[in-house]
Amino acid sequence: MNGSPLARIGSGWLLVLPFLALVVALFLGPIVDILRLSVTDPEPGLGNYAALMTSDSLARILWTTLRVCAITTLFSVAFGYSIAYAMVHGVRRDRNWMLSLVLVSFWISVLVRTFSWLMLLGRKGLVNEALAGIGIISQPIEFMRNELGVLIGMVHYMIPYAVLPLLASMQTIDTRLVSASRSLGATGSQTFWRVYLPLTRPGLVAASLLVFILSLGFYVTPAILGGGKVLMVAEYISVQILVTLRWGTAAMLAALMLFGVLGLLFVMSRFMKLSTIFGGARA
Amino acid sequence: MSDGAASGGLELKALTKRFGSFTAADNVNLDIQRGEFLTLLGPSGSGKTTLLMMIAGFLDITGGDILLDGSSIAAVPPERRNFGMVFQGYALFPHMSVHQNIAYPLDVRRRPKAEIERRVGEMLDLVQLQEFAHRLPRQLSGGQQQRVALARALCFAPPVLLLDEPLGALDKKLRIEVQAQLKDIHQRVGTTFVYVTHDQEEALSMSDRIVIMQNGRIEQIGTPQELYQRPRTAFAAGFLGKSNFLTANGALHALRPEKIDIAPRGKGKGANRLAGTVRNATYFGSFLKYDVSVVGMDTIEVDVDAWRAGEPIAVGTEVDLSWPDGAAVRLEDN
Repeated sequence: MNGSPLARIGSGWLLVLPFLALVVALFLGPIVDILRLSVTDPEPGLGNYAALMTSDSLARILWTTLRVCAITTLFSVAFGYSIAYAMVHGVRRDRNWMLSLVLVSFWISVLVRTFSWLMLLGRKGLVNEALAGIGIISQPIEFMRNELGVLIGMVHYMIPYAVLPLLASMQTIDTRLVSASRSLGATGSQTFWRVYLPLTRPGLVAASLLVFILSLGFYVTPAILGGGKVLMVAEYISVQILVTLRWGTAAMLAALMLFGVLGLLFVMSRFMKLSTIFGGARA
Repeated sequence: MSDGAASGGLELKALTKRFGSFTAADNVNLDIQRGEFLTLLGPSGSGKTTLLMMIAGFLDITGGDILLDGSSIAAVPPERRNFGMVFQGYALFPHMSVHQNIAYPLDVRRRPKAEIERRVGEMLDLVQLQEFAHRLPRQLSGGQQQRVALARALCFAPPVLLLDEPLGALDKKLRIEVQAQLKDIHQRVGTTFVYVTHDQEEALSMSDRIVIMQNGRIEQIGTPQELYQRPRTAFAAGFLGKSNFLTANGALHALRPEKIDIAPRGKGKGANRLAGTVRNATYFGSFLKYDVSVVGMDTIEVDVDAWRAGEPIAVGTEVDLSWPDGAAVRLEDN
């Protein structure tokens, strides 16, 4: 024992200490505070959580949130799958511009993208005006201020998040397996359903989890495209904090989402290694 | 079990494949007999894999035709050619058990359950993997995976089995063992085997006929004995086995190292004789390899049976090299 490894560990900790302090002070601290708030405001006890069982409006909001997130996940992953597939198996020259298109929409602010949909799909938006102009419709179609609008906006926003893990997963597939399947007499669709799709399962799970979890916290898109008619948890929390000042309820819902996501990850980890889902070492 | 023998004669007619300006297969004509074990042998880039991939249907042909039992299959997609194929690295489906892998070709053909069970059982017997039926491929050794790939490719009784360097990933000892198994299985199923390798020992030990390829062309076709004893070109002589090259009577000749006798100066007895000096002697267990320098020529390699030869000849000894008439094979100019 010459003490130098210990010294090295010590100096290593010293280096991360500022960041550790930041994380504890600015991240873990507030989370604990919110958890505390959810059982102390307005009065100590589990009253806020008990409201989940009794309040119809809370139940409705949670149901809307889960439904919108599930549908968003389904469509984003389905579209993302075909985009990733085209990128991996299309012409190499096309791959780069496809990736740049995906990344460009990835980088554009959610606010900009949401307002763009407003311009396109509003009552006097481009789509309705065009359809009315060529006489297909007499009344504008209600794309906005309803769940359809929220779904269009959210799916559009989430597709890049679905594409990237699927892309990573598809790139690891040994193309000889596809050749092998064909040489053994399988048609293209048999090969896809029985060999290709099962092999991209880690990517599918990763993409679904990512999209679903991110969707749960969506605020801007439902607020703008839903026009106040599609109330999801994030927007409801903000109303509780800023308008009705029921911080206990808001904290309870935040805690519920936090544990919901952690629970989801835990359940998934029982089926597969999370490191393989998120692109770490393969099992 | 010999259900593959009813058909399986392949004919390649002026088969050509070009990638841009590069010609990977150049006007290849080849008759593959029904039930034959034919090996395509050549260095990498010789076109042997290109040829196999065209037979399998994974590569479009640029020119020529491929006939199966007399009718063209050039336009038939790979999944309808009904050829079994064993890939380099085996390409077993990692998410399926051994049983599911072997049943796959029958499953996708929607055969009745009972037939699938019976056939998979037969295949597991054939490759002796009965007790591994429910393992996943990654739980098997390389040799076992290779046998699963073979069983899967033979399960639907294809008329032709294509094998793309199937032993490449195995260690040397196992490779020799598997060579014997492959040859045995070939005899039992009677299917036409088309085997691609760059390993001359594999080619010699298993094939009915060997096709030596170079630069997209067939260099020479023949039985292992014919090719070894009577190579036609310097490439064939050098690629299959080892050869010394001598110029005599204005033509290049190939002379196998084991056909040369070596004796101390003045004691050589063969019809043809060269004087040289031993530069190096290497012991390989079964044989002794001498490198002998001869004035005005390349170093000549001589292999002698180590046990019969007794004491090795010391480095620096002046020796006579001799060989009987007919041992040196006259080669064609390239």
